[in-house]
Order: sequence, then structure tokens, then C-alpha cells
Amino acid sequence: MLTLKQTRSLRTLVLGSLAWLLALTLFFPIFWMVLTSFKTEVEAFATPPQLFFSPTLENYLHIDSRSDYFHFAWNSLVISFGSTLAGMLLAVPAAYSMAFFETRRTKSTLLWMLSTKMLPPVGVLVPIYLLFKSAGLLDTRLGLVIVYTLINLPIMVWMVYTAFKEIPKDILEAARLDGATTTQEICRVLLPISKGGLASTILLSLILCWNEAFWSLNLTSSAAAPLTALVASYSSPEGLFWAKLSAVSTLACAPILIFGWLCQKQLVRGLSFGAVK
Amino acid sequence: MSDLTIKNLKKGFDGTEIIKGIDLEIKDHEFVVFVGPSGCGKSTLLRLIAGLEEVTSGHIHLDGQDITDVAPAKRNLAMVFQTYALYPHMSVSKNMSFALSLAGADKAEIERKVKEAARILELEHLLERKPKALSGGQRQRVAIGRAIVRHPKVFLFDEPLSNLDAALRVQMRLELARLHKELNATMIYVTHDQVEAMTLADKVVVFNGGRVEQVGSPLELYHHPLNQFVAGFIGTPKMAFLGGSVKAADASGVTVALACGPEYCLPLDGSALKAGDRVTLGVRPEHLQIAAAEHSPFKVRLDVSEHLGADTYCYVRTESGELLTVRAPGDFAGQFGERASLIPDLAHCHLFDADGRTLPKPGASARAA
Repeated sequence: MLTLKQTRSLRTLVLGSLAWLLALTLFFPIFWMVLTSFKTEVEAFATPPQLFFSPTLENYLHIDSRSDYFHFAWNSLVISFGSTLAGMLLAVPAAYSMAFFETRRTKSTLLWMLSTKMLPPVGVLVPIYLLFKSAGLLDTRLGLVIVYTLINLPIMVWMVYTAFKEIPKDILEAARLDGATTTQEICRVLLPISKGGLASTILLSLILCWNEAFWSLNLTSSAAAPLTALVASYSSPEGLFWAKLSAVSTLACAPILIFGWLCQKQLVRGLSFGAVK
Repeated sequence: MSDLTIKNLKKGFDGTEIIKGIDLEIKDHEFVVFVGPSGCGKSTLLRLIAGLEEVTSGHIHLDGQDITDVAPAKRNLAMVFQTYALYPHMSVSKNMSFALSLAGADKAEIERKVKEAARILELEHLLERKPKALSGGQRQRVAIGRAIVRHPKVFLFDEPLSNLDAALRVQMRLELARLHKELNATMIYVTHDQVEAMTLADKVVVFNGGRVEQVGSPLELYHHPLNQFVAGFIGTPKMAFLGGSVKAADASGVTVALACGPEYCLPLDGSALKAGDRVTLGVRPEHLQIAAAEHSPFKVRLDVSEHLGADTYCYVRTESGELLTVRAPGDFAGQFGERASLIPDLAHCHLFDADGRTLPKPGASARAA
């Protein structure tokens, strides 16, 4: 018979090991990608795969000579921040009205908005491509900002709504009685109080925009192409070069991974909003 | 001057009428308490006065000016919420000065007013703290301070003490009473706790089902309730109600046969009653006396007793099963299950007709109507 204390420590051990196993499984592809990026093309293809080798920077030098990494990185940065800003400007007022002036249709509106995320993007590719063509938005950063804003808006509204829902209505009513206009009420009371939830929304939007590939590949060619397009450009014409592909992928992922890692506390808090009351 | 007049005010939500036509006058410097069971519309009425809800029909006047459609901030009212509703990201002094800084008051004046409010509420040493570093009672005081700095015409309190523990509630109740005297302000206070209503109010407004049942001073409501609802709502322990029927009635007295046995002749104006009408006798715990079983025809059996020291609240059951509370002396020694009888003080008994209306004293019918 195990004592209560032993049962508890056994449970901690089992759960802990499972968590580590899962985390390592999820992390392994990234680890392997970074590792491969320092191999030669021959080593990258070797069977069995090699864990120990003499690292080389030749893949990175090749990328630097073949393409302007910072051009793509700048595009990624501008597009991600641009559409996150635009998204927040739309999501905050929408969530404000839904959270604090709820009507009978609010819940179904929220669900309907989320349901648009279930549509396969390829289903609207042709109409959007044609619209962009007529509007002169193909291969422009503005074009991608518009698309990213719209595809992420449902999630952003939902997250901001959840954050606002946690704020007692009384506080806003107190502000109204104190003489605050709607703008003052939002900017000086609501936003500062919900900054945690807003930060995680911003973070998630940045990550989603940074990693988006489908629309960037289809709507841009070079001028507005972000890092995802750069990665894709290494896959086709000259055949598959695993080491170079790994190097460019590492370069594309690194900024957002580091950023996400720095902000992980915010992110976890935001994503588990409302999960525990 | 801060006279508040409410005229035929109605409020409905989605077709359900919550406030069903209320007329009310609140005079300058009065401490008025709205009391009633939950869902009776008292909080809604307060929110209508504050401007946080839109009026369906009717008017609200403050100092003769119609404020029915005026924005909340422009009404010159301040509200203290049940949840305190402090701004969690601002310090105590910022919380209190927020309204003034929005209104564009100058810095020196803001500081003076905040200091003054902090002095009255003994918050001086807490001005730089954030709300989360304060206790419940301190938060409540900050919420009141936020109202004070604005020098409003009327203070509105929405169940301000219900989130505090019992001891603190008693202390804050005293502080509110003191504050009312010190500020000499008009205050409207909503509560479901009739003890708060009785202790704080100059004037109590009893609500039920979206209507005003009675308006009056605490003692007026206690001694002269207009109907059975007010009689039952005001007073702890509650007034006991005993069913019965009229045996004989005229303008000088009513003879009632109670369902539990005894018959009593009450000095009330029974001219509106006839023999056989159903009535309810109401009697407060202090107007009943416990006697030995053979002393009175009103036979009861003792139930549990609550010994409070100075008094004992003894619960007794009549022969027809009704449970009554009797206030007995502190050293009352009756035992559970013991037989006894009750002697009611007939001069202080109330009689309610089938519609729950109180029967007037002889010659007082004009007053009650």
C-alpha cells in the first residue's frame, strides 16, 4: 500500500514525465530544423541522420548572397504590426459594444464571426485574387494588411470580448457618472484595466500574421513578400535543398519564436481566459 | 437646494414592466432609504435617477429642472456601487480625483478637495495605494470619497454595505449616518436589509413588485403599516400573522375569531367589514406575552428559543400549526414542547382585510385613505 504522500509524488512524477515527453515531441522538429541548418547538404540527406557533425555557416552565407533577408523580414514586420493595429482598432469598439451593450443577437453574432474561420481559405482565393487585381492590391503590403486583418478579426474580437467580459459593468458606469465620454471611458478606464487581455490578443495576432503563408504566397511575388514567401522560394526550382531550407526557415521563425518566448506569460494568460473563473 | 421629484415613472425591459408608475418626493437634506425584497425595482429606480437606465415614461425633476433626458454626468449626482466599482489601475487619490480631472478642474483645487474628502473618511494615509491593497471597508470609504469630492446635489447608494462582513457593516452604517449629518446632503440609499433602512433613514420607501407600498418615517412604518406587506417586511423578528374571520364588526370595533381558537375584540374601525369576512391578525413579538396554559384561551406549544441575553425570542406553535415569535425576558426558562398560552396586547394588534389592507383605528379612516 502506498501512503497518500507516495501516491501524490508518484502522480507528480508520471504527469511531469508525460508533460516533458509531449513538450519534447513538439519541440523536436524545431530542434532538428536548427540542427540541419548547420549541416552541409550531404550531411542533411545522410541516413542514418547524424547528430554529431562539424557545423558550418555556409547555408546562411548562401541565403545572404542569394536574397535580401532584411527586405522580407521588414515586410513581415510591417504587415504583422500593421494588420494587428488595424485589427485592434476594429476589435476594441466591436468587443466593447458586444460586452457592455449586449442584445439578444450578440451571442449568435460572435458565433457567426467565429464560423467564418471554418471556411477553407482556398474557397475564396479566386474572388479575392480578382478583387485584389482590380483594386491594384496584388503584391502590396497594404493588400496583405487588409487580408490578415480580416482573417484574424473574428479571433481578436472574441479574445477582446472575453477580456472585457471580466470587467464589472459597474466600473464603466462609475466612469460615466464621473463625466467620462465614451472615448474617455474606453481609453482611460477600460483599456488600462484590460491590458493583460489586450496584450495577449496583440501577441497572438502578431504570431498568426507572421506565420501566415497561404495568402502571402498567393497574393505577393516580391515587393511585398514576407518571410513565409522567402521560405517557400527555397523549395521548388532547384530541387530540395534541406540544409538551405532549414537555414531560411530558422531565420524566418527565429524573431517570432524569441518574441513569443519573451512574452509567453502574457500569451498563456490570454489563451486561458475564461477557462478558469 | 436639492429637491428630487419623481412623477409617474415607468420602466420596462423587453415588454416586462419593472417600475409600474412611481410618484415620489425627496426633500433637501433628507436621508431616504428604498427598501424591498430583491427584484422589487428599487435598484432600477436608483439607476433611473442616476441616468444609467433610460426611462420608459414619466419624469424626474431635480430642483425644478427636468433631468429625465440629461446625461448621467450632467445630473450632478454621485453614486456609490455595491461592488465599490473603483478603478483598479488608479491610486486612491486618482480614483477620487478622476471626475474632477475629467471636468478640467485645476490641480490645486483637485488636491484640496481630495484632501478634504480623505480627512472626512480617514483615508489620508492610503492616498497612494491601489484599490487591491485595501480592505473591504477601506474600499467602501474610497467609493464614498469619490462621491464626496464632486459635491453632488444627491448621493445615491446602491446596497453599499452588502459586501461587508457583519461587524464592518454595523461600523460603516454608523459612519454613513455621521457623514449624512456632517455633509448635510441629500442621500438616497437602496437596501434589502430593513435594519439598515430603520437605522439610517429619515424617510423609508417600501417597494414591492415595482410599486411603492408606503412612504414614511421608520417608526411610522413600524407602528402604522398601511398593509400586510409593509407590516411583514418592517421589523425583526417579523410580525406574526394569524388567519381568522369576522364575527361582528362596526365603526368602533371588530370581533375576530382566529383559526387557532380564541376570539378577540379589537378597537378598530370595522365599518367596511361584515360578519364572515376573512381577515388576518398581525401582532409583533413584543406585543405578545407568554403565560401559563390555563391563563388564556390562546393555547400554544413552545418551540425552540433563542437566548440573546437581554431578550429571548421564543418560537411558539398555535393549535392550528402557525408559528409565532414572542419576545420574552432574557431569563425566560420555557422548555421545548411545553404547553403555554399567549396574551396579545390588543391595542397594538393590526388587522388586515382580505386584500391585505390595514384596518384603520376608529375615527382615523380619513387619514388611512
